[in-house]
Amino acid sequence: MNIHEYQGKEILRQYGVLVPNGKVAFTVEEAVEAAKELGTQISVVKAQIHAGGRGKAGGVKVAKNLDDVRTYATEILGKTLVTHQTGPEGKEVKRLLIEEGCDIKKEYYIGLVLDRATSRVVLMASEEGGTEIEEVAEATPEKIFKEVVDPVVGLTAYQARRIAFNINIPKELVGQAVKFMMGLYTAFVEKDCSIAEINPLVVTGDGKVMALDAKLNFDANALYRHKDILALRDLDEEDAKEIEASKFDLSYISLDGNIGCMVNGAGLAMATMDIVKHYGGDPANFLDVGGGATAEKVTEAFKIILSDPNVKGIFVNIFGGIMKCDVIATGVVEAAKQVGLSVPLVVRLEGTNVDLGKQILNESGLNIIAAESMADGAQKIVSLVK
Amino acid sequence: MSVFINKDTKVIVQGITGSTALFHTKQMLEYGTQIVGGVTPGKGGTEVEGVPVFNTLEEAVKVTGANASVIYVPAAFAADAILEAVDAELDIAICITEHIPVLDMVKVKRYMEGKKTRLVGPNCPGVITPDECKIGIMPGYIHTKGHVGVVSRSGTLTYEAVHQLTQAGIGQSTAVGIGGDPVNGTDFIDVLKAFNEDPETYAVIMIGEIGGTAEEEAAEWVKANMTKPVVGFIGGRTAPPGKRMGHAGAIISGGKGTADEKIRVMNECGIKVADTPSVMGVTLIEALKENGLYEKCKTH
Repeated sequence: MNIHEYQGKEILRQYGVLVPNGKVAFTVEEAVEAAKELGTQISVVKAQIHAGGRGKAGGVKVAKNLDDVRTYATEILGKTLVTHQTGPEGKEVKRLLIEEGCDIKKEYYIGLVLDRATSRVVLMASEEGGTEIEEVAEATPEKIFKEVVDPVVGLTAYQARRIAFNINIPKELVGQAVKFMMGLYTAFVEKDCSIAEINPLVVTGDGKVMALDAKLNFDANALYRHKDILALRDLDEEDAKEIEASKFDLSYISLDGNIGCMVNGAGLAMATMDIVKHYGGDPANFLDVGGGATAEKVTEAFKIILSDPNVKGIFVNIFGGIMKCDVIATGVVEAAKQVGLSVPLVVRLEGTNVDLGKQILNESGLNIIAAESMADGAQKIVSLVK
Repeated sequence: MSVFINKDTKVIVQGITGSTALFHTKQMLEYGTQIVGGVTPGKGGTEVEGVPVFNTLEEAVKVTGANASVIYVPAAFAADAILEAVDAELDIAICITEHIPVLDMVKVKRYMEGKKTRLVGPNCPGVITPDECKIGIMPGYIHTKGHVGVVSRSGTLTYEAVHQLTQAGIGQSTAVGIGGDPVNGTDFIDVLKAFNEDPETYAVIMIGEIGGTAEEEAAEWVKANMTKPVVGFIGGRTAPPGKRMGHAGAIISGGKGTADEKIRVMNECGIKVADTPSVMGVTLIEALKENGLYEKCKTH
């Protein structure tokens, strides 16, 4: 799960990580009020959306006075920002962060991620702050330093110190930088982050080590133990169908095509998209109904697929293991009855309780096209929507 | 022969009284798996499906002499269940549970270093040695005893591959689901090594998906060490970057972990990769024929 920059900074502040003073604003008046309260000569108006690249898209402006704040807030609020992470449709700005300006001496990069190869958390840092870390990795990999963290002891002070010296933090500020990194690590593990990226971390003219930006992502599997984080979820930033799906523990991702897919198992769901594409079709979604789905969940999944106006046909591909075919069949029949099935439906069933599942479909009286295999099903649905 | 489990494996079901566990305990018993006990704290002394239930795994192992466990415990408690299996010094613990917080698994993996127990999963379908022992949630009837090893990050794609092989008259030695999480107990290389050493496994099919670099590392290992033909499949060619495709581990991030890159490295390392999931079986059969193994692998 993603949160906004201002929320991330609020969390970091609780862990002793230095961030500029700032306040969130939902309206122009709130923005001006926030700047007044900050009382600094210079303030920064920052668009809050769940995507990087805001600065380049015109979503970050430096204001020299309150009039500037008003002008920029008016300009940015309600504007649709298109960045390399938003997709071409962009994202509408509904919140601003009004922050005190700061005198930047130099920018750095600090990030914590899970390293799959070592199954450990890794601290990454570079003195090339402000640019995407992937670009630095591509162009100058020798400028990225890493420390692998042993979960038994956590990030150690010497590791943080080694990073600070490696990325050339001025030596009188190394102590502050170490405190910064240790705080960031503690936040990462205590809040079950999946990514904590500070880009840039800055050293200021008055000798402070600060997080000028903060990107925190959280492990969705751990949210059950972090009600405070869950409360920060911004539904405006998510796809409506994906929100609906998440209410029923369905794993759904919207895509651009016209063939709705309902599959059990993430691997098979991905492979189903692949094979639909292979035969010349375009999947409208990724949908894994999961192992423990009930008939009601399957019904909801079906409704979500059908709520997409682009969907011209549905391919249900089930290989039952933990998921029983009769449960899927009951759900499909129920959903088709509730919402009225107006598009072709191809169903391929295999696995646990397959005969029972096929029987339920056959006796339903619905116009369901049976497929013998994945390839057969994919070819059938592709030809039916053409 | 087989890898990891066989007809002598004695299994404890951790979390046996949950509804999923009950359903699959019954299925495993019907398949012929030696389920010798179950654990649910507080339900010790009772019986389900004719299987005795214990309060702790330690007690279950002491009484039954089990050497394996399968874990159906809910995600919030599953990491603890794995640790319990490690401390009971089981040979193998197979964790079916999905949605375990990844930082829990980071700790578990660290704790397991130097310990005896092999962990398979989490978030996996389990392990099956056809006609001998089925531990997990896979439908038993699609499998046939034979000589092809199957290893996969995805449950349902494993079934798909096994089903295609069985229909084509090609049996399996063992099928291992390693799970779709970013941190797991047993990886591709562990399983490939075991298949390489197993005299009854003649060829291997490995099924990967987007995210991470485990397939690339496995491919390099195959090139350097494997004496048996390996074919593969990678799911998620059409997956958009930056989106988690169901499995916690299936995400293309920072341009890393794409299907195309994995397929490229696998091809370079001599692993033929099936174009679509429906030709995984055919691709394996072609490799068997090229290596003069087809007749030896055919069951009917």
